[in-house]
Amino acid sequence: MSDSFKKNAKILVFSTEKISDPAIDMAGLLKLHYPPTVYTITVPCSSGIKPSWIIHAYEKGFDGVFIAADGTDCIFGESCTEKTGNIVAITHEKMKEKEIDPARLRMAALCSVCSEAFVKQMRSFNDYLIKTIHSNNN
Amino acid sequence: MKERLGVYICHCGGNISDYVDVEKVRAAIEHEKGVVLAKTTMFACSDTNQTDMVQDIHEHNLDGVIVASCSPKLHLTTFRNVTERGDLNKYTYVHANIREQASWAHSDDKLGATEKAIRLVKAAIAKSRYADPLFPNQFEAEKNIAVIGGGIAGMKAALSLAEKKSNVILIEKENRLGGHTAEWGSLFMTDEKGFELTARIENDLRKYNNVTILTGAEVIDTKGSIGNFELKIRRRPQNDGDPMEIVELHVGSIVVATGYDHYLPKQGEYGFGTSETIITLPEFKQQVDKATGKSLEFKGKKINNIAYIYCVGSRQNEGENTYCSRFCCTSAIHTAIEVKKKFKGMQNIHLTRGIRTYGKQELLYAESLQMGDLYLQFDENNLPEIRSEGKKTVVTVKDILSARKEMEMEVDLVVLVTGMVPRPDQSIGTMLKLPKGRDRFFNEIHMKLRPVETVIDGVTIAGTCQGPKNISESVNSALSAATKSFSYISKGTLETEPIIAEIDQDACSWCDKCSNACPFDAIDQIEMGGRTVASVNPMVCKGCGMCAPVCPVDAINLIGYTSEEMMSMIDALA
Repeated sequence: MSDSFKKNAKILVFSTEKISDPAIDMAGLLKLHYPPTVYTITVPCSSGIKPSWIIHAYEKGFDGVFIAADGTDCIFGESCTEKTGNIVAITHEKMKEKEIDPARLRMAALCSVCSEAFVKQMRSFNDYLIKTIHSNNN
Repeated sequence: MKERLGVYICHCGGNISDYVDVEKVRAAIEHEKGVVLAKTTMFACSDTNQTDMVQDIHEHNLDGVIVASCSPKLHLTTFRNVTERGDLNKYTYVHANIREQASWAHSDDKLGATEKAIRLVKAAIAKSRYADPLFPNQFEAEKNIAVIGGGIAGMKAALSLAEKKSNVILIEKENRLGGHTAEWGSLFMTDEKGFELTARIENDLRKYNNVTILTGAEVIDTKGSIGNFELKIRRRPQNDGDPMEIVELHVGSIVVATGYDHYLPKQGEYGFGTSETIITLPEFKQQVDKATGKSLEFKGKKINNIAYIYCVGSRQNEGENTYCSRFCCTSAIHTAIEVKKKFKGMQNIHLTRGIRTYGKQELLYAESLQMGDLYLQFDENNLPEIRSEGKKTVVTVKDILSARKEMEMEVDLVVLVTGMVPRPDQSIGTMLKLPKGRDRFFNEIHMKLRPVETVIDGVTIAGTCQGPKNISESVNSALSAATKSFSYISKGTLETEPIIAEIDQDACSWCDKCSNACPFDAIDQIEMGGRTVASVNPMVCKGCGMCAPVCPVDAINLIGYTSEEMMSMIDALA
């Protein structure tokens, strides 16, 4: 395992095909680096993410989960923001039940050109998870 | 579940393999469950590899294919078509993005990028095991096309679409068509005047009944997606006393051709703004076009010696504009030749950073040399200096063609050869969510493979809103964008992915939560075997998946994004 895998937090990103995927791809195109332990799974809309998937990710060893939400840009309608928020709230409750720090789940609206914002989010989330989880493990 | 998978890992020339050890990726996945073929390939998208893939599907009796390469935005359709040519359902194909999301994103960490690529490919394999054959849905597309921007690119795009018998709406913010081209005088190579050229094209456009020209019009809102965009246009009064007009348009696709601005030097940059004898190339060209006498006069002063300083606002060492503006070398030399032909006793001195008159434009450079123009060359660390000595303007430069000897010249006029910059008002880009590149111009998906398409389906870009171009390059890109935009909607129908919600009706006991969550009213209650259950209308469902997380008994899955698939991917990535 490379050093970067040992020293960085493992983050699962749920990204949307039309909105945040292009931003994440553009971050690569612009060589805006972020930890290689950040993995993206694409979904059509952030309000279709099931809380059980997020819990499964923690159970399988992910340190953090990030929802790159569509926000008001969602092609399926404006209700996406509220519905994604509800998914996060429900998941937070489930995380508390399982004694998982709710701060390990983050959500932010990410537009199709928000490459720099994505990289900034990943670096700051990584820093937080390293401080809280990795330091507790040492 | 798929049991005979073929996996292809692309070098992408070196775009992937310079940072990701593709052989290591292949070795790591070749024994994954269900994988019967694992190959690396220099260019997965090449015709040769595509032919090999079709052959492999038949020879190895594959039931699923995975390609690990660039973004699916670029080649998902390519490889779906390959799968189809191999007699498999195209939706059984799965793509792994190991370029934008591994090799490029982690080019600073080769080991990290390789480890990430391995997991991304394993996740794609996991998803592929569950990828069932699917069949696309079709919907009607609007047959109108909007062209935003009425410069040379927008006009040519509109004309090309009109010739294809498409209904075109050409939207221009200014009160006239023509853009910057209409400002120019004589153009290389035909010597036709810029305003004559644009007037000719406008005249051609107005002959078509299927073309609507809206000048003084600005897009203020956009909604919808490919096939069904809604544009709200605010149009200034066309006659005194008319009210401001709001026009709503429904179009199937959009060509964006909003053009560029001239670079305006900063106060003091090469003395700009401090002396009347230091002007920009666009200003100078207008002076030359307007002048009628035998000699050139500027601000009442006779002009004989002119220094042209190149790359002002382009190829900046320090500054935002690191790019070459492409047209300015040719434009400056063309103007200098015009000056010599039009007026007597003129001397042109060109201070360049290396001449870039590519292609046929080289003929102009040769003509200029034959006419006796002087060429000196400076580098970015030793820029020319300009000083005023009384009424004189003196330029000094270290000429790298003369062993960096310092040259000093007294001139009557200094022309700053300025380049192109993106328009400051890019609100149309913001509304349509068009990505911008590092140069701040709008960005295409791929400079060579998809040069006029954007990541927003149905929106193409043409001309200089995409980056500096000369007129012929702008026209070429406009014709390409017009053809692409037309191809989106020419059939009158568009295919949508067959990604819809699926309800396990044995588990469902109708609670209406899914129906309330659906923004498209695609879920109804039906009676089945004496029970009330939910049912999805496949013609109405748009595949957002909003219904799935709200089901209290987890009876809803989105096809292609089932819990089984998602969790197997998470397992592979963990």
